[in-house]
Amino acid sequence: MTTTRKNPIYLDNSATTAVDPRVAQKMIPWLTEHFGNPASRSHPFGWEAEEAVENARAEVAKLVNADPKEIVWTSGATESDNLAIKGAANFYKTKGKHLITTKTEHKAVLDTMRELERQGFEVTYMDVEPDGLLDLDKFKAALRPDTILVSIMHVNNEIGVIQPIAEIGEITRAKGIIFHVDAAQSTGKAPIDLASLKVDLMSFSAHKTYGPKGIGALYVRRKPRVRLEAQMHGGGHEKGFRSGTLATHQIVGMGEAFRIAREEMAAENERIRMLRDRLLAGLKDMEEIYVNGDLEQRVPHNLNVSFNFVEGESLIMGMKELAVSSGSACTSASLEPSYVLRALGRNDELAHSSIRFTLGRFTTEADIDFAVKLIKERIGKLREMSPLWEMYKDGIDLNTVQWAAH
Amino acid sequence: MAYSEKVIDHYENPRNVGSFGKDVEGVATGMVGAPACGDVMKLQIRVNKQGIIEDAKFKTYGCGSAIASSSLVTEWVKGKSVAEAAGIKNTQIAAELALPPVKIHCSILAEDAIKAALADYQKKFGGGEVSGAARVDPAQKAAD
Repeated sequence: MTTTRKNPIYLDNSATTAVDPRVAQKMIPWLTEHFGNPASRSHPFGWEAEEAVENARAEVAKLVNADPKEIVWTSGATESDNLAIKGAANFYKTKGKHLITTKTEHKAVLDTMRELERQGFEVTYMDVEPDGLLDLDKFKAALRPDTILVSIMHVNNEIGVIQPIAEIGEITRAKGIIFHVDAAQSTGKAPIDLASLKVDLMSFSAHKTYGPKGIGALYVRRKPRVRLEAQMHGGGHEKGFRSGTLATHQIVGMGEAFRIAREEMAAENERIRMLRDRLLAGLKDMEEIYVNGDLEQRVPHNLNVSFNFVEGESLIMGMKELAVSSGSACTSASLEPSYVLRALGRNDELAHSSIRFTLGRFTTEADIDFAVKLIKERIGKLREMSPLWEMYKDGIDLNTVQWAAH
Repeated sequence: MAYSEKVIDHYENPRNVGSFGKDVEGVATGMVGAPACGDVMKLQIRVNKQGIIEDAKFKTYGCGSAIASSSLVTEWVKGKSVAEAAGIKNTQIAAELALPPVKIHCSILAEDAIKAALADYQKKFGGGEVSGAARVDPAQKAAD
């Protein structure tokens, strides 16, 4: 019998998460009753909004063991990445013009780097190893006397691997190089201790951690002090780092989301790890499936699997009862396979055939069991339809076939 | 991405999926595309002595639109002469399935699959009349 379901199961928590109801509830009064501008100093409307903003700032700081004075509000991780990278590169450009990042960064980092190249900076885009992780010796070898900034993500959005940011920080600090970390995917998933990490700048997002969209933050280290050139000019909010009226309700939401993350992440991650392992165990006996990225150095929320001989977009279409993402960027109309999986050295077929499952706070065991059953059924159907599967079963090595490129 | 109802219908209920046995007579095969590009189509036709396509089967690795395009052409080529089949155009496939611009390549690939199968037919079973007839516009042909 065909597995069917009315509403799709949400397994795309790395795209965004639902706002936790506790967060939503806490936000609402700051839209209606307490609508003041936190920058208003002359009346209680402003005072109470400012207090709420500072309480939220303290919560964000506490999750990552930072000083609240080191937290700058932004509109999200993309803006934080832009402010950190452009701001630091431009401030320190008299010291050098070389920047380093990896090929598997989020587009918010890669595209910002491209823009800086147009402005005259030189950027090294480092390869990662087949497990998705940066090799530290290769990283050391890429450093130059004129390197001023390194930007490496904490947790990868597609494959969930955790980069060795503690080790990278030791290397950059010793050489006086600014180190920025995009942590959009890691808050509430991997522990972050900025008191011990030698990270200078770190980008955060609320909506990947059960907070609202449209709000994020940038950590800017005070000791040793990191300077930035502002990218948004105006009223001088956020100590001049980022002008613009603060969105009190969004900020309150982010603070509450990060408070919940701090208090619940240990137990939550264990539960999610069990669910992820259940999903993996359910799929393990299938033929020709490949897990993308290291399984140990990885957040428990992510499982990225290539189902060989099945194309990603038809797979997603065939699994419409599951809300998941495909590594085949066919879905975004560019027809290119995932650049992250290509950077891992995956061939085009496997890159095209990948599905990212990302579990979250509201994923249940029943969801996973349903997903396993459905995936097996639909993969089987699509493979019956696949000429590549047929050739594989006939013992033909697909690498020896002369394909007519189109 | 939103798919047209026809694409979804062909995707969920693909027509004529499969392969002919190796000993079936009159079978020609066209395989086009490349795994690296995200789609591969295999179209097989079984042609009788009179040059009429009696049956067709497909297997496709690709997105929903690629699967739908190949499923559709198996329906269309059945009962047609090889000459008529050669006249099927990607624009007809795209129009029938209401393919969006980013999926036009799926219809082009399906047309290529027909051409490749017909070329294989010609190679295997000769019949110079196919190459000549292939240039005949089906609209014109229908008119005479």
